[in-house]
Amino acid sequence: MANLHPKSGDPKVTYEYRRKKNAEEMRMQVITFTMMIFFTVIAFVAVGAGFSKWFIIPFVLLLAVVQVIFQLYYFMHMSHKGHEAPQLFMYSGVIVAFITILAFLTIIWL
Amino acid sequence: MSTIAHAQKRGFTGTIWEYLTTVDHKKIAILYLLAGGFFFIVGGIEAMMIRIQLAVPNNDFVSAGLFNEIITMHGTTMIFLAAMPLLFAFMNAVMPLQIGARDVAFPFVNALGFWLFFFGGVFLNLSWFLGGAPDAGWTSYASLSLASEGHGIDFYALGLQISGFGTLMGGINFLVTIINMRAPGMTYMRMPLFTWTTFVASALILFAFPPLTVGLFMLIFDRMFGSGFFDVAMGGNTIIWEHFFWIFGHPEVYILVLPAFGIFSEIFPTFARKRLFGYSSMVFATVLIGFLGFMVWAHHMFTTGLGPVANAIFAVATMAIAVPTGIKIFNWILTIWGGSIKFTVPMLYAVAFIPSFVMGGVTGVMQAAAPADYQFHDSYFIVAHFHYVIVGGIVLGLLGGAHFYWPLMFGTMLSEKLGKITFVLFLVGFHLTFFIQHFLGLMGMPRRVWTFLEGQGLATGNLISSIGAAFMALGIIVLLVNIVITQKKNIQVGRDPWEDGRTLEWAIPSPVPFYNFKQLPLVRGLDPFWIEKMEGKTDMTPAEPVGDIHMPNNSFVPFVISLGLFVAAFGAMYHADEGKDWAIPVLIIGMLITFGAMLYRSVKDDHGYHIHKEDLLDEAEGGTR
Amino acid sequence: MAAEQKFTPQTWPESPEQATLEGKNKFLGFWFFLGGETVLFASLFATYLALKDSVPSDTHAKAADLFELPLVFLMTMLLLTSSLTSVFAMYHMKNYSFKKMQQWLFITVVLGLGFLACEIYEFYHYYHAFEHKFTSSAFGSAFYTLVGFHGGHVVFGLSWIIALMIRNAKRGLNLYNAPKFYLASLYWHFIDVVWVFIFTVVYLMGMVG
Repeated sequence: MANLHPKSGDPKVTYEYRRKKNAEEMRMQVITFTMMIFFTVIAFVAVGAGFSKWFIIPFVLLLAVVQVIFQLYYFMHMSHKGHEAPQLFMYSGVIVAFITILAFLTIIWL
Repeated sequence: MSTIAHAQKRGFTGTIWEYLTTVDHKKIAILYLLAGGFFFIVGGIEAMMIRIQLAVPNNDFVSAGLFNEIITMHGTTMIFLAAMPLLFAFMNAVMPLQIGARDVAFPFVNALGFWLFFFGGVFLNLSWFLGGAPDAGWTSYASLSLASEGHGIDFYALGLQISGFGTLMGGINFLVTIINMRAPGMTYMRMPLFTWTTFVASALILFAFPPLTVGLFMLIFDRMFGSGFFDVAMGGNTIIWEHFFWIFGHPEVYILVLPAFGIFSEIFPTFARKRLFGYSSMVFATVLIGFLGFMVWAHHMFTTGLGPVANAIFAVATMAIAVPTGIKIFNWILTIWGGSIKFTVPMLYAVAFIPSFVMGGVTGVMQAAAPADYQFHDSYFIVAHFHYVIVGGIVLGLLGGAHFYWPLMFGTMLSEKLGKITFVLFLVGFHLTFFIQHFLGLMGMPRRVWTFLEGQGLATGNLISSIGAAFMALGIIVLLVNIVITQKKNIQVGRDPWEDGRTLEWAIPSPVPFYNFKQLPLVRGLDPFWIEKMEGKTDMTPAEPVGDIHMPNNSFVPFVISLGLFVAAFGAMYHADEGKDWAIPVLIIGMLITFGAMLYRSVKDDHGYHIHKEDLLDEAEGGTR
Repeated sequence: MAAEQKFTPQTWPESPEQATLEGKNKFLGFWFFLGGETVLFASLFATYLALKDSVPSDTHAKAADLFELPLVFLMTMLLLTSSLTSVFAMYHMKNYSFKKMQQWLFITVVLGLGFLACEIYEFYHYYHAFEHKFTSSAFGSAFYTLVGFHGGHVVFGLSWIIALMIRNAKRGLNLYNAPKFYLASLYWHFIDVVWVFIFTVVYLMGMVG
């Protein structure tokens, strides 16, 4: 099963290296999570404080988009190598999703 | 484990069980071909009934209500239950072989996709025997379908929902297969065009079927569970259905026609004995058609009242699609140009396809002009247009593909003589039926009309049209006879029966071994088998030594999962009726069967089995002895 | 058989979810499925936006009357945190520490159940206090369909994770079940992605009208 050992070289060193890399990534994810919580709180506060709706709607939508990007790229690892096809299909899905929602906001009437 | 010998000897019940449990893409292809062929004939009989009713003025061959059911079922059956599965048959049979794969990525899901489609189709057609078929047209616009009495529309919504799940799974399976399972050297830009079109069509399935799922969900709940999505009295809006239907429906046109383009793109180079002209522009055009296919759905709704801005945007986008399609047409013509052409039956279909499809395309651009569409809308002009696209493009592709790939799927060759008779009858019948309908439409004959009166000037045209339909039916009957005779004789023609096969599927022995490739081939360029032939070789260069081959186990679970949904659909449908207390338990039992089978699949390990190297080598010796 | 091979943390591959061809296929197929799900939820969002506050008469409750921020905030925190805990679980999966993975998955499940309980209470509350029903208005149908579809995904995701935890409790990690755990966690994150848009579009934007 050659494919199970992609890295050559000293197994001990690569093992240590991987552990460290995983731990670093984990720290990154905790930071991401903190920011997501922070954004969420801001969004709720903005609505609770009763600003103008022309400020709130674009603002909370922006925060949501940023959060989702965090979620996709850090929690779901879309930033990692080997995610080219998933990216292509997620973005295609997002385009179709956007067009659908745009159409329903503009050319559904009554 | 004498797996190889074991796989070849079976009795009749053994064969049935094998097909009920199979996860082999070649056998699933045959299942799709049989089921799709059956529904094609059902849809064809419905078409003949329509043409008989309209053959003469004031006819009462069928009643007006029954006529509505027939036109609805004709459209629905032909699109969802005939064209799609027949294309899936060729995708399953050919695509994995073309890319040098031993199997598809998800053999189990592949089988599940088939059984879901099959049970959905059976459910839909049971409506004929259980109180009447759907009668709101294949588009089933919500205002009309909510008002329709009886259970017809319920059959439509539930049946399509079930078979739609199957199609979605099939699409994901093909996508992953093409990305992950290509043989060494088979880069994206060396993939045969049929594989490319399968890829793009599968991507369209992935994004087009969810809106249909949502739309059907709403229709089901509005009709059976009291919600108010389309009910204006509750604040609902029927335009929502129209949008969902066409956000799905327009890509669906390309889901159907792109694989047909792919089949022709294989036939032309084979029988012109020249490589496909402008390969990379063909790939580009395919992807562009797929992309634009999502931007144009509202051209079906020009007369709904979207307003001039929306109409203008969608009109321009629609016209833009003519550009990549034109690229394809010219590439095909330039492929034939200067070739050493053999007019076999598949080639005849391919050559006939070009002018036929162009006519459908041209009327399409006419309708893309929104102001003109106000005149064409809901007239027979539209009927003529989309039959030119669907019959002139897809059905000719299916018939050509059936003749072309028959040796690959069954090891026998359909009779060329009978094939040519079918071709002539069908092509003449097709143009006779639908060409005149353009003029009937322009003269004011509305679509979906049950009958017409004498003295309206429509009688001659309709009679001609009906005569043409009879020719098409004769052509199909000759095809069936051809199939029966060929399979009865059962003369095995061996590998590469067309002698000019260019792609990998023709390089493997016939009948195709169940593991496809003993050794994965090394692909050295576009048309890999042709390259080897030109260097005087008869076989592909293997990319690996002979080794153990991993195979998936057969499974009955896909059948059970699908059966559960089939049962549940009856419960959902009848629960609103008075005095049918058994309905809710049936719904629950059906769901339990489905989810229970899914859980069983999830917790029961299934590692498949291995064909051992020694068995493979033994078999090779046995063959030469 | 290769899929049941025993590993140590040292021999455990770097991306266990993609170490076998089967795993690679599942990984890719599942992402494509999520691409399709994106369109599915977009369709539901589109319907909700088109039918928002579309009620038969003025006596029916509208979005601004219904929603309360504290409950939604609690639900959001539960689900966001469960997303983090499933990341922790995958971290331990990659380090081949099965016990810790199971523990974090368990916490994920508990948080998910908490979310579900809040949602059930919420629906119950709307139903009884406001007569806001699935069958009372187009707005009601669209609201319960969108949020309910998401809730259904939560139920399915929880059942999936629980089934995986129980099935593999005794035998630990191998290359056959690692992709399954990984996909379940992807699914769980996707549920969170959808929720981010639900609390923004449905609740927050619903509050401001």
